Amino acid sequence: MIQYEKFTSTLAVLPIDNIDTDQIIPARFLKTISKERLGTLVFYDWRYDAGGKPKPDFVLNQPHAQEAKILLAGENFGCGSSREHAVWALKQFGFRAVIATSFAEIFRQNALKNALLPVVVSRQIYRELLAAAAADAGVKVTVDLAEQFLILPDRRAIAFPIDNFSRHCLLEGIDELGYVLKQEPAIAAFEARRIAELKN
Amino acid sequence: MPGPRNIIEKIWDAHVVSEEPGAPTLLYIDLHLIHEVTSPQAFDGLRGRGLKVRRPALTLGTADHSVPTTTPRLPIADEVAARQVAQLERNCAEFGITCYGLESQRQGIVHIIGPELGLTQPGMTVVCGDSHTATHGAFGALAFGIGTSEVEIVLAAQCLLQHKPGTCQVCVDGRLNKGVTAKDIILCLIAQIGVGGGTGCVFEYCGSAIRGLSMEERMTVCNMSIEAGAKAGLVSPDDVTFEYLSGRPFAPRGVDWDAALSRWKLLATDEGAAFDRTFTIEADRLEPMITFGTNPGMAIPIKLPVPRPEDAANPQERDALAQALRYMDLVPGKPLIGHPIDVVFIGSCTNSRLSDLRAAASVLRGRKVDRRVRTLVVPGSQQVKRQAEAEGLDKIFLAAGAEWREPGCSMCIAMNGDQLNSGEYCLSTSNRNFEGRQGRGGRVFLASPLTAAAGAVTGVVADVRTLL
Repeated sequence: MIQYEKFTSTLAVLPIDNIDTDQIIPARFLKTISKERLGTLVFYDWRYDAGGKPKPDFVLNQPHAQEAKILLAGENFGCGSSREHAVWALKQFGFRAVIATSFAEIFRQNALKNALLPVVVSRQIYRELLAAAAADAGVKVTVDLAEQFLILPDRRAIAFPIDNFSRHCLLEGIDELGYVLKQEPAIAAFEARRIAELKN
Repeated sequence: MPGPRNIIEKIWDAHVVSEEPGAPTLLYIDLHLIHEVTSPQAFDGLRGRGLKVRRPALTLGTADHSVPTTTPRLPIADEVAARQVAQLERNCAEFGITCYGLESQRQGIVHIIGPELGLTQPGMTVVCGDSHTATHGAFGALAFGIGTSEVEIVLAAQCLLQHKPGTCQVCVDGRLNKGVTAKDIILCLIAQIGVGGGTGCVFEYCGSAIRGLSMEERMTVCNMSIEAGAKAGLVSPDDVTFEYLSGRPFAPRGVDWDAALSRWKLLATDEGAAFDRTFTIEADRLEPMITFGTNPGMAIPIKLPVPRPEDAANPQERDALAQALRYMDLVPGKPLIGHPIDVVFIGSCTNSRLSDLRAAASVLRGRKVDRRVRTLVVPGSQQVKRQAEAEGLDKIFLAAGAEWREPGCSMCIAMNGDQLNSGEYCLSTSNRNFEGRQGRGGRVFLASPLTAAAGAVTGVVADVRTLL
């Protein structure tokens, strides 16, 4: 995995709570056996009409969103299905972080494993960011994982929570499977202990 | 002596492989279920790294999400779906995993076949690349959904890195009234605590009403734990659990059964064990529930009017409600009873077991499906289908004018061609009413099999208690 570096970006804003993974990528696109070519399908039913034409009022079709690396959304982002395709699609569109007031658990785990940083902010900061982006679509936020804070458009630095292990893996580019495979002696010992217990 | 522990802590403690400073716990996984949609990229990952599946015998595959429910099932007409199902079978063959594909007598929805084959057992950790994995919690197993990266990790290492979840007790005491079912319990809970109300927690469902449920009903309750945001949901095992498991193909036998039983009897939550949170539901006060909006938390007792956005507790909820009612094209303040429906779907990992089909058949017997309604009955597995046919349930459905289909996820996820047309209203026994979930522009009311059957015969949303 690539090391997660500090970056600054404009925001694509979806001020909606409980955005589920069926919206992020509809199930009919999950028949693929690859991880590729999902970026054009992200938020498909919100983004395109039934004839496949882009809906001009949807945020991801607006010019300022094309370069946005941060998606801003409300609470419980990514609820519903476990489909990792949702994360792959957001990444392939160009997002590197989602800022929300909370995340659904499976989505959060999937995001962390793909270097799409889930950043939790308070309702107050969320509202401030919405207001700032509404006033000027060009406002920028800096995501600094090493220091574990966001730099808001007004230069305030706001700390965000992330567990140390995930932060370390992202910063160092460590993939979780590699780490788990190094625990082989402990896994083998656990299995041996299990078999012995069952025999007794 | 350690203090009293709840069942979640007991299962967790028994599966800790290692705890390294600065890292989450490495947890052993006893049973890994895979299906065609969330596994192909994981097998590609294994191939890319030159890895094997560590414990193929602890892994089982089946095809359910994108498979046709019409006959003949093979060859699958949708080429993309056909390729995905074929890839599952190739991957399983290459890595030595048993796969119950479309030609198997054991094929079915992954969360239906694990329990009915006796693979799901008390005290286990169970994972699957599917958010409804909590279904298996009905057996007193810690069962949760994972993404494809984690599917790859479990295939390779039979373990997962996990942060210890919070624990939450959901007490359902009392007796269910006639016409009120397990589905109504879980819809009521989600409406009460919201779709994010259980985030970070594992639920233990307890109380006299839960004890009084059959295993199939407990599975319905546990199945929708994720719809409240919970990582998992489970029920401490008891005689109902053991009786269900006894004699199933993969359940232990003879002396192994006796040994397993003595282990399983130690699993139930200890007297006085603590939980981080507690929710309560009074079973006697429950009514048949129905959703009106675009997430499973937007549910009401069937006789109540659809909420008005202006009555919402805060602007955030008001906007969400207004948006949902726009999508659903419903009038706030008006009851759903009498609202016309176009499609009835009886199926999904929530409600496609034999008892669900019996419940639906009890309403449809001797009645006709309203001519305006297309009704699909989709059994959860080949075994459920055989059992239902042995009882003549298929004849009841067909005589009523419903369609009797082959097993699969079908219209719950609408990947296989079973889907709503834009604007159609569906009364569904599935688990999600998200926008477009059952077909782009389709509108879904979630309810129990009894309520769904009542809708099929009346052509409108109806209170099933008037038909019982």
